[in-house]
Amino acid sequence: MKKIKCECGHVNPEGTVLCEACGKPIEGNQHIDGNKKDSLLNMRYEGSARRSQTYNRNIIDKVWNFFSSVKVGVWLIIITLVASSLGTIFPQEMYIPPGSNPATFYEDQYGLAGKIYYQLGFHNLYSTVWFMLMIALIGVSLVICSIDRVVPLHRALKKQKPKRHHTFLKRQRVFGETNGQADVEAFKSKLRKQRYKVWDENGHILAEKGRFSRWGPYVNHIGLIIFLLGALLRFLPSMYIDDFVWVREGETAVVPSTGGQYYVKNEDFILENYDPDKDERFQEALMNQSAPVASNYQTNAVIYERTNNDVVGAEPELEEIQKKEIVVNKPAKFDGFALYQSSYQLDEFAAMSFTLHETDDESAVLGEFTVDLTNPEMEYELDSGARVVIDEYFPEYYMDENQPRSKSKFPKNPAFVFYVYPPDGGDPEVSFAGIGMNIDPTNENQYKLSLAGYDTRDVTGLAVKKDYTLPFMAVGGLIFMIGVVQGMYWNHRRIWLQPREYGVWIAGHTNKNWYGLKKDIEKSIDQTGIDMPEDQQQLKG
Amino acid sequence: MDKKKKKQRRLIFRIFILAVLVGLVVFAIIGNLSQDDAVVAEGEQAPNFELEQFGTDGERKSLDDFKGKGVMLNFWATYCKPCEEEMPYMQELYPKYKEKGVEIVGVNLDSTKLVVNRFIDKYDLTFTNLHDKNGQVMDQYGISPIPSTFFIDENGEIVDKVIGPLTLEKLEEHLKEIQPEA
Amino acid sequence: MGDLVTISSNLLYASFFFYMIATFFFGGTIRDKKNSSRGKASTIGISLTIAGFITQLGYFFTRWAVSKHAPVSNLFEFTTFFGMMLVMAFIIIYFIYRLDVIGLFALPVALLIIAYASMFPREISPLVPSLKSHWLYIHVTTAAIGEAILAISFVAGLIFLIRQIDQTKKSKHTFWLEFVIYSIFSTLGFIIVTTTFGAMDYQAQFQAPVEGQIVAVEYHLPAIAGPNDGELQTAGAMQPLFDAPEWMRGESAARKFNTLIWSLVSGLVLYGAARLILRKRVAAVIQPKLKKFNPDLIDEVSYRAVSIGFPIFTLGALIFAMIWAQEAWNRFWGWDPKEVWALITWLFYAFFLHLRLSRGWHGTKSAWLAVGGFAIIMFNLIAVNLIIAGLHSYA
Repeated sequence: MKKIKCECGHVNPEGTVLCEACGKPIEGNQHIDGNKKDSLLNMRYEGSARRSQTYNRNIIDKVWNFFSSVKVGVWLIIITLVASSLGTIFPQEMYIPPGSNPATFYEDQYGLAGKIYYQLGFHNLYSTVWFMLMIALIGVSLVICSIDRVVPLHRALKKQKPKRHHTFLKRQRVFGETNGQADVEAFKSKLRKQRYKVWDENGHILAEKGRFSRWGPYVNHIGLIIFLLGALLRFLPSMYIDDFVWVREGETAVVPSTGGQYYVKNEDFILENYDPDKDERFQEALMNQSAPVASNYQTNAVIYERTNNDVVGAEPELEEIQKKEIVVNKPAKFDGFALYQSSYQLDEFAAMSFTLHETDDESAVLGEFTVDLTNPEMEYELDSGARVVIDEYFPEYYMDENQPRSKSKFPKNPAFVFYVYPPDGGDPEVSFAGIGMNIDPTNENQYKLSLAGYDTRDVTGLAVKKDYTLPFMAVGGLIFMIGVVQGMYWNHRRIWLQPREYGVWIAGHTNKNWYGLKKDIEKSIDQTGIDMPEDQQQLKG
Repeated sequence: MDKKKKKQRRLIFRIFILAVLVGLVVFAIIGNLSQDDAVVAEGEQAPNFELEQFGTDGERKSLDDFKGKGVMLNFWATYCKPCEEEMPYMQELYPKYKEKGVEIVGVNLDSTKLVVNRFIDKYDLTFTNLHDKNGQVMDQYGISPIPSTFFIDENGEIVDKVIGPLTLEKLEEHLKEIQPEA
Repeated sequence: MGDLVTISSNLLYASFFFYMIATFFFGGTIRDKKNSSRGKASTIGISLTIAGFITQLGYFFTRWAVSKHAPVSNLFEFTTFFGMMLVMAFIIIYFIYRLDVIGLFALPVALLIIAYASMFPREISPLVPSLKSHWLYIHVTTAAIGEAILAISFVAGLIFLIRQIDQTKKSKHTFWLEFVIYSIFSTLGFIIVTTTFGAMDYQAQFQAPVEGQIVAVEYHLPAIAGPNDGELQTAGAMQPLFDAPEWMRGESAARKFNTLIWSLVSGLVLYGAARLILRKRVAAVIQPKLKKFNPDLIDEVSYRAVSIGFPIFTLGALIFAMIWAQEAWNRFWGWDPKEVWALITWLFYAFFLHLRLSRGWHGTKSAWLAVGGFAIIMFNLIAVNLIIAGLHSYA
């Protein structure tokens, strides 16, 4: 390796811009940081040899150097930023009304622009491969940029010496010459009072504080990397489960994705609205709203664990493990799983009661019966001796090409084909009855079934979650915050003093907050005979 | 000497870091693409379960009861139109393949027995139909759209998985595949 | 209880006047020859600012007492709080740098924001279940503080640009600087127009088809752009000059579009009047008054505000937001438009910091970025709430 020996005797690695020990600009390397002879020194990374700029030999080095460039990182940020914004022009697929077909929804709603949006895949932008790839590349850039900078920076800060080359001082932004006597000891003690670490090498003084803030960026990058790794872990099925279950009031359902291990019973679903008469504080706002405003969604749930270890499907033996009022913001938690209140349906039919009477005379009743819609019986025998047989049952009835069918197994719009056997044992009559309809196909029926009443129940929608990646996310977030605070709320300040033939030279550098540095210098030179240095950048600006 | 060694170390270090990063990126992309990956995939052993059989008085059947036979496991429901369309094909081929050691097992996802019994009567279905009332087996097999059909060989290994309805020809092809060797 | 509501809103009015008078005193400091004076005007200015801030805190806590939840849960409350935090951020920066000129610009921005806030429904609104979480308050308040400190960076950036940009010739810089000033005028125009017609109790009813159904659409400003295929019902109200384009769907889309036109037009009128009177670019008129301020110091204030505000913004708008989202919707991140725009804001400031730290973007470039960042924050606050509806459309 081509080492560079500085005139101070220190041997620097290839690509060094400013000597690690004395800070003298190294001839021939000044182009790297764009330093010009007469301008101020560019102090970023202490002028150390960033590896990326020195080796560029094979493909690995080339790839490495590509990702090591902050310019590339900044471009990746910009592209991701613009791409993210594109995804908010129209709603993402997950936010369009449930049940609508994205292929037609976007065109119907937003015309040509919507069609293009859909065809470009922007309706699902954040899970497209290229968007994922952008975030992944940012991650790669974070790792390589950090590795490439933190090592040489650490080296340079460790190797620095109080005795600096005179050009180094002269070309600092804050620099001043004092001709005459200076009380160096007072200067040093005043610096120490301001919590500076002070080194003295034959009268050459280096005072430094807040060096650890230089590590802030690298710490926060580590936090970000941990966060991104946590996000990656979600692809492992054992780390992350996202499922959903509908539970009807009074029913016990298996919690999906638990391998049949857990069951949840919905004892009651409660929907409460704000009452403008009772709640005076919101009266005005509620009056201005046409729809009622919900104040609470709640499922009174019981969670059971299966105790027998039989095969799936076998009648489970259940043991209650938790009773919980699940409300929004307060999920039920058990064994790494969480059940969140997430959706609901009100007033699904549970039971229907019918009265059988003579077609012409409603008061001539032959009997009444109730159909349990989740478990209807084949046949109902009435007091009068008449029998009603269910021939067909459509839980969610609709007409499909002139044929009655059911859309689902849920009794949302129940309808029946009944066979009514008269008490005298004659031929049965066919009757078609449902919600708000009662059809006699022959128009000759002697008997009629009328809806006498119905029961309803609510359905709660619970999201089932297991997320073992959260601790990673939390740790990543925490480390990021520590790093960013460390880097932003503290700054690395250094003050150099050099004895000259007729007095002293003083120079200062900080990575941010020059105002603070100047105040520090002002305080430390007070009554020491040292003149206040000038801000050379300001003079030019 | 020293220079060469350093160069080599640097290269190894860079290759290592880049390899790890490329690995992670590939993992992310594959993970993203295969998000709806099956819970039960082809080539795996079909997990056992036990359910009540229709047309019996609460008798229960398990998948293990069919050990040694090829099993066509069909998830269906009465309200599912494409399921209804393929039912006659299954019934048509069933007697022929039953002799050759292939069982057809329907797993029904309806909630009321009445509806299913009427349906079975309507199509004169004679193959085994089981009632997955709570959707436990459906969850176990990770079924979302129906019909979904698994073709399981005599060793209990899943040979094929078909999402969506089957035609008569396709169905026969698949049934041949799981026919145990005599 | 009704009394407490009145007291609360009176306190808000009072703080508004405090800020207004304080602005005049900070204006007075500009004539002082010295750079960062501790003259009388300055002392009075900052005292009034603090008095206003305390008064506004009074508004905040009395309102909290009445509603029993922190008043940051609708657009009016959140925006008002944001204005208050902007004042707080200014007070902090003032005591670090003692720059009166920051106050001269920051207070009017805060005034505009508070006035803008009060254009929205001001009654105390109930909380829907997902908002009933302590994390909501923590998330919203921290995010607002972070954004307010970042807004100080915009204020300093704007001062820097007005001070530094060469006004002797026309350039991209002068154009965009005038554009920023015009945007401020438009906000003012919006406030004036809304207040004026609000005081007149202006109403115009339309019948218009929305999603295939005829619904009543109510305008509170004269309709420049009426609802698509809408029919005016109110006698004596102004006939719309044209219909809103067909692709603007939703009940209130046309009304919002009309409001936007009013704001832009009134902004144009105000700006045009200013140009007519001044006969120069607005920035060119202000420039000489800022010459005594040290541009490097202003640049540093702008950067310092970002370096203080960025961590707080990250904590409030991303980390606390994720914790809350995890509690309320069982996913910490859902790519909801508001979330995405918070991420965009965060990426933008990360971009700002990288350019500044690693690529040496100082001065003018940095100031433009500070202006851009504030534009994104405002976009997220206004446009995302009003145009791109999502889970956050409440606030």
